[in-house]
Amino acid sequence: MKHLYTWSGILIVVFFSVVGDILIARAMKKVGDVHELWDRCGLWAVVGRVLSRPSFFFGVMAMAVAFFSLLFALSWGDVSLVAPAAASLTFIGNAFAAKIFLHEKVDRRRWIAALLVAAGVALLAG
Amino acid sequence: MTFRKYLVLAGVTVFAAAGDSMLSHGMKQVGSVSLYHLQGVILAVLNPWIAVGILLLLAFFASYMNALSWADLTYVLPATSIGYVLLALVARFALHEQISLLRWLGIALISGGVGLVAGGEALTSHGHHKSPPVAKDAKDEAAESEVASAASSGAPR
Repeated sequence: MKHLYTWSGILIVVFFSVVGDILIARAMKKVGDVHELWDRCGLWAVVGRVLSRPSFFFGVMAMAVAFFSLLFALSWGDVSLVAPAAASLTFIGNAFAAKIFLHEKVDRRRWIAALLVAAGVALLAG
Repeated sequence: MTFRKYLVLAGVTVFAAAGDSMLSHGMKQVGSVSLYHLQGVILAVLNPWIAVGILLLLAFFASYMNALSWADLTYVLPATSIGYVLLALVARFALHEQISLLRWLGIALISGGVGLVAGGEALTSHGHHKSPPVAKDAKDEAAESEVASAASSGAPR
């Protein structure tokens, strides 16, 4: 039963982290290259553009939910399982979600990179 | 990729690693914070390590968003995961902590992933979205110029 709680906690953390990352990435893609915008219109134009994107706010909210669910998950399960499992599954979840929702070209090179990093993070933090 | 963009990626990496380390150092000084004694959170924020850690994490978030404005999520995430490797190396050579064989293997895997993704393109999603309309525009323009040239060549008759 404890395992069930721990793993559902981990999956909730992964879900909200991925949602947060995707929404923020989407907002920033809509804003466009901030270096160009900054050079043309200044810093406040960049800030205004970012704050005018609803997906930015939903993304920040999802990240906050992910953070607090991580705190709860840590109180249900061991740090040595929860932290690396959540970090490593988030890498893989993000690769899937970026392909589907952001239409990024996740080619074989990027899949292998995501899997290597996910495995490495699991080993490093475990 | 310009030097400025590499600097932003370095910022994502360094701010995240430094911010996390400062927070964890500060939280060890403050002790555990319970949900039932939330005033402990305020006490924690007053700790200088935690305050600086929070500022560094804000800087991390700003550079992370900056990077996402010109690069794919599946590029930024693996590329900046070199921070895990940096933290492990700092732990080994500055703090003289022991690193097990499994952790060295983890470091090697992450470095491999970073190397793979860093050698490729940074941005694919824009091309994916924009190339069809651009091609269409070009075609439309070609069609328009044909019409225009036809009209201009037809005009004298």
